[in-house]
Amino acid sequence: MSVQVWTYVLVGITFALYIGIAIWSRAGSTKDFYVAGGGVSPLANGMATAADWMSAASFISMAGIIAFAGYDGSVYLMGWTGGYVLLALLLAPYLRKFGKFTVPDFIGDRYYSKTARIVAVICALIVSFTYVAGQMRGVGVVFSRFLEVDINTGVVIGMVIVLFYAVLGGMKGITYTQVAQYCVLIFAFMVPAIFISIQMTGNPVPQLGMGSKLNDGSGLYLLEKLNGLSTELGFAEYTEGKKSIMDVFMITLALMVGTAGLPHVIVRFFTVKRVKDARKSAGLALLLIAILYTTAPAVSVFAKTNLINTVNEEEYTNMPVWFKNWEETGLLTFNDKNQDGKIQYVADKKANELVIDNDIMVLANPEIANLPAWVIALVAAGGLAAALSTAAGLLLVISSSVSHDLIKKVFVPNISDKGELWAARGAATVAVVIAGYFGINPPGFVAAVVALAFGLAAASFFPAIVLGIFYKKMNKEGAIAGMVVGISLMLFYMLKFKFGIFDGGKAAVPGLERDWWFGISPEGFGSVAMVVNFIVSIVINKFTPEPPQEVQEIVEDIRIPSGAGEASSH
Amino acid sequence: MNKKQHKASAYWKENVKYLFILLSIWFLVSYGAGILFKDVLDNIQIGGFKLGFWFAQQGSIYIFVILIFVYVRLMNKLDKKYGYDT
Repeated sequence: MSVQVWTYVLVGITFALYIGIAIWSRAGSTKDFYVAGGGVSPLANGMATAADWMSAASFISMAGIIAFAGYDGSVYLMGWTGGYVLLALLLAPYLRKFGKFTVPDFIGDRYYSKTARIVAVICALIVSFTYVAGQMRGVGVVFSRFLEVDINTGVVIGMVIVLFYAVLGGMKGITYTQVAQYCVLIFAFMVPAIFISIQMTGNPVPQLGMGSKLNDGSGLYLLEKLNGLSTELGFAEYTEGKKSIMDVFMITLALMVGTAGLPHVIVRFFTVKRVKDARKSAGLALLLIAILYTTAPAVSVFAKTNLINTVNEEEYTNMPVWFKNWEETGLLTFNDKNQDGKIQYVADKKANELVIDNDIMVLANPEIANLPAWVIALVAAGGLAAALSTAAGLLLVISSSVSHDLIKKVFVPNISDKGELWAARGAATVAVVIAGYFGINPPGFVAAVVALAFGLAAASFFPAIVLGIFYKKMNKEGAIAGMVVGISLMLFYMLKFKFGIFDGGKAAVPGLERDWWFGISPEGFGSVAMVVNFIVSIVINKFTPEPPQEVQEIVEDIRIPSGAGEASSH
Repeated sequence: MNKKQHKASAYWKENVKYLFILLSIWFLVSYGAGILFKDVLDNIQIGGFKLGFWFAQQGSIYIFVILIFVYVRLMNKLDKKYGYDT
């Protein structure tokens, strides 16, 4: 069977599975819709969290980014896993004990203020929308390459599927489809990695294969070989970076703290029964995520080495089929500058003839390594699982922010449970349509805005939640001021240095690099904005009245794990 | 402070102590070994890996996972000790 037939078969089976689960686990109440009834087991929640977290960016883009960035790519590996330690130790157990439906719920109640709640809702909406647009785009890319449908048709198909199970099942439907999606995506990621690891090093464990000797009889370690190839072509050594230590430090910190502050991840810990389960399920989630995150850097090394060996100084006419296929998508371009009919892939931009998009490394990897057709199709199904599961989780945050935090808590407090459930479904539908629109007409700055989303989460939610738990006397004035100043500072820095809007637009951005404060890139600035948020909150807190006694009692209560009631809206 | 509050604050102190120790290790393996001291550790080679590079792309992640499970165990014990495990 051809790759395309296999892809139709595997994608068809997995989609039928997701829809079947959605019908089986329909939501009957708002509690089902927001927190899956609150009775999810720690393992199921761990799997769902892992699928929720690992998006098209983790599955499709990350290994490719690392393949081109080498050591500098470590910021994503440490940043997007280390955040779970913060989440497990500093946030998840206490928020579970608090036992409400959403992150703005916590901010609004803990800081006894509607203003605080609305600030939190706005942050949650911005973060989630930027993310979800990227997921829809990922769905479109997979469809267009593997099923040869138009990218827009791909986005629409993805929208319909997500709409179906997110609107019908809410958190309950999403949780159990995410469990299935985790299995699909991890299998799809591991199978080619294991195959290629055996091919190149003889070691079936990719994490070890990455540090093993090559199979080709040269006696060289794989990483030595890749360092050699890289320097030969004028690139930096693979195991060395180009970024400053300061910048690597700051970006890693911003990603970790941003991860811990992302509402669609936090809200998953509201779905388990007890505080104890919240802790355990955070550990399981990270374990399941780590399987992919420790394999990804190995895939990067295999793919980069294979790529250089396959293309560099080879005749263009001898290129394998995958090369031509990806050329058609426009994600890989060859321009024979010196007219010698061969491909020169070098660091020098003037002489380099091959431009490769980060996103194709994982998808093309099985083809580059000549793996069987079903493995290639499996990767397509895995990429779709990763994108759909994350999109669904984000849509839920968007719909609950609107139906619960705005409609129920601010505008129509006496709405019935049924009415709220329908409002949530309506909000989810509108959100899918908007996300689909951005997937079809991606604003040119999607990638830049995703970095902004992490910075925003780090600069706003994280300090407010941590202070809310660990500093009993923290008051609303301090928290609101901290969030507003943190976000504004982050926005200012991004607009100035990422978009160049104060200095004449995007063209000015490269020149502004010299002016970065302390040499910190916009991606890493979330760390600074977070620290500023902490300082502002604490200083303002010193000069304003203490929080009321009953709020201090809430804080004392969430610190004690026993007696965690079921999640409730009152 | 009554007896109940006393117990709660003793529990919280122990909890914070655990957090401090675990987060110190969290900081050392990632920001320490993987970033600040990466170049020094790279002088040590284990198999095909330079040690600093290994910590940045592999080791720190393994230790993160272990840290959370150690935390789960410590807290389960602590909950029992204070009778908060119901």
